[in-house]
Amino acid sequence: MANSETNTIEELGVSKEYQYGFHDDIKPTFKSRKGLDEEVINQMSDIKGEPDWMRQYRLDAYKIFKQKPMTKWGGDLSQLDFDDIYYYVKASDRSERSWDDVPDDIKKTFDRLGIPEAERKFLAGVGAQYDSEVVYHNIVEELDKIGVVFLDTDTAVKEYPDLVKKYFGSIIPSADNQFAALNSAAWSGGSFVYVPPGVKVEYPLQAYFRINSENMGQFERTLIIADEGSQVHYVEGCTAPTYSSESLHSAVVEIVCMKGSRVRYTTIQNWANNVYNLVTKRAFAYEDAQMEWVDGNLGSKLTMKYPSVYMMEPGARGDILSIAFASKGQHQDAGAKVYHCAPHTTSQITSKSISKDGGRSSYRGWVDVAKGAKGCKSHVVCDALILDKDSRSDTYPVIEIGENDTNIEHEARVSKIGEEQLFYLMSRGLSEEEASTMIVNGFIEPLVKELPMEYAVEMNRLIQLQMEGSVG
Amino acid sequence: MNSEIIIKDLHISVQEKPIIKGLNLTVKQGEIHALMGPNGSGKSTLANGLMGHPLYDIDSGEVIFNGVDILELEPNERAKLGLFLAFQYPTAIPGVSMANFLRLAVSAVRAKGGNGSGDDGLIPMREFRRELRAKMKQLGIDDSFARRYLNDGFSGGEKKRAEILQLAMLEPQIAILDETDSGLDIDAIRVVGESVSQLIGPELGVLIITHYPRLLDYIRPQFVHILLDGQIVESGGWELTQMLEAEGYDPIRKKYDIEE
Ligand SMILES: Nc1ncnc2c1ncn2[C@@H]1O[C@H](COP(=O)(O)OP(=O)(O)OP(=O)(O)O)[C@@H](O)[C@H]1O
Ligand SMILES: [Mg+2]
Repeated sequence: MANSETNTIEELGVSKEYQYGFHDDIKPTFKSRKGLDEEVINQMSDIKGEPDWMRQYRLDAYKIFKQKPMTKWGGDLSQLDFDDIYYYVKASDRSERSWDDVPDDIKKTFDRLGIPEAERKFLAGVGAQYDSEVVYHNIVEELDKIGVVFLDTDTAVKEYPDLVKKYFGSIIPSADNQFAALNSAAWSGGSFVYVPPGVKVEYPLQAYFRINSENMGQFERTLIIADEGSQVHYVEGCTAPTYSSESLHSAVVEIVCMKGSRVRYTTIQNWANNVYNLVTKRAFAYEDAQMEWVDGNLGSKLTMKYPSVYMMEPGARGDILSIAFASKGQHQDAGAKVYHCAPHTTSQITSKSISKDGGRSSYRGWVDVAKGAKGCKSHVVCDALILDKDSRSDTYPVIEIGENDTNIEHEARVSKIGEEQLFYLMSRGLSEEEASTMIVNGFIEPLVKELPMEYAVEMNRLIQLQMEGSVG
Repeated sequence: MNSEIIIKDLHISVQEKPIIKGLNLTVKQGEIHALMGPNGSGKSTLANGLMGHPLYDIDSGEVIFNGVDILELEPNERAKLGLFLAFQYPTAIPGVSMANFLRLAVSAVRAKGGNGSGDDGLIPMREFRRELRAKMKQLGIDDSFARRYLNDGFSGGEKKRAEILQLAMLEPQIAILDETDSGLDIDAIRVVGESVSQLIGPELGVLIITHYPRLLDYIRPQFVHILLDGQIVESGGWELTQMLEAEGYDPIRKKYDIEE
């Protein structure tokens, strides 16, 4: 039954134009039928050759998912049909370890994504997700030598069962929310990173993600464990081809920052305009550990994403820097959550949003200070830039304070591109479009300057594309 | 060809209120004109109107720049023709570095919509850097300026010097300097005055709007005009500045029967 669907991939819109990219004719070797049930989960688990505990984990999560009502807050999910989605597509038989082993058509796609270049630049491990399966995963010897594990999560389940068992779902349990439950049942791919005590990874670890077949859900599952005093920067960037019907992307990212460790997780996402991007990202930071989320959201039909940091022990710090660009037909419901569970913990949230051509961006933030968590500091800055009168921006900040001895500041600003700013730049020879693009790029500069160089360049280019033809 | 800007019977209003009421003035490349007038007389309105600010409505009149009537042109097209305005109150553009901005501006103005630059339409980075550094040195501006965000958190004096740097980089034929001396201390006026006088030459015509003859000590104008109630009521030479310094605007107001 499942196999009857396998051929349909060839009918898919290979020739359709993709605004920022390309679509290669890759034939998946397996594709489940639409919809999710126990049979599909078992089939998926069989093909992956998973241990029973993981199969059971999926099935338990599926039960929770079935019981959860449809999420009512955030954005409009009424068009999302869980039965009209492929939950598992396998593009190649196994994870590839070396560049030479990668099939040519897949390589071509990676070429365009610039992976070999990134490889040269960073001499780093490259994990890339192609359809639901990680097909290419190149781990450089340096990582091995310093004891750093960087694998796709499917492989990690088999090779590091103890670590995975201990931490998988410990930060974000299946019951956390509807989409965490769905991901826990249907997850595939994603990255697993373990950094041993005291090890500092000098270059960013990168992963590239793509959705490449119609109606195909992507449910990556990423788990990063930074052991005591270690340091790592993980970078993910996404592009996706445009298709006519809806796509669902629902990832879960769990991060453990042990005592004195430092983790930065950078994301730039530019989904096609029909993608639902519903992501749960959470980190636990222990004593004196520091967690930073840097999150850039462009494209998609609806994004709901609120990276969070739980500061579990004194001295922990959480920084969240996010940017959202909502264009025509798009709703970016993004934000951040920080939980001060211990005294003397510090957080900083910086959120920037841009709304254009009727796009809508919302900031949803949560600052929580537990009773007895004395001497905590939190600083929230929300800046919204609205480019025209059809566009919209809202903020929904919640602050829950159970402790008097705290210092919380919240600033929110909404601005429009000023006539004076436009005139100033135009009087220097810039066209209206160049001038407004420059103002928007300046607006997001505080985030862009935190990105690795080539991402910063890409970010500015994406903004430029978004701005093209925006003014008459 | 020698550039010139010819303003004929120009009327400008702001929010339906007439401010410039029939103004005539010609500034040629290589000439220095000073425009003086009391607060609110319309000096900045004239400057903004000439540059094409959307809030300033041109009711009638003509502005011919190098043979082209520029009143229908966008501000950037006027800039490309060689017109420049140093603002009385420069606007901050947070997050945009002086260098990035100037590279785009210089490329736009020099390309004049045509070719002559690199693949991406920008002047080559090395060439630009070299020129920027040289000009900054010439004007005594610190290197770190190039990396700072445009007018963002600049002191009053820094803003004015940033305007002069832009003037130097964009190399216009006609420049309007709107109170480039206001808010400056005595030393800063000297620095700005000397900077501008370095840029002055046969290639540049200047209309300096100022309240104080001090700046004019550094940049000796050949022509001085007095703007009162939206019109140029007196034109002359250096002696006009001396008269204003001694007697203020009252005698002229009385002469033309204009209330304060
Ligand atoms: N953007 C504006 N919005 C509203 N009114 C304006 C604007 N610009 C100018 N005006 C009005 O037009 C009149 C002339 O102002 P303008 O700024 O041109 O004077 P000025 O001669 O430059 O004065 P100052 O010496 O103080 O700089 C004033 O009444 C002023 O309030
Ligand atoms: Mg003025």
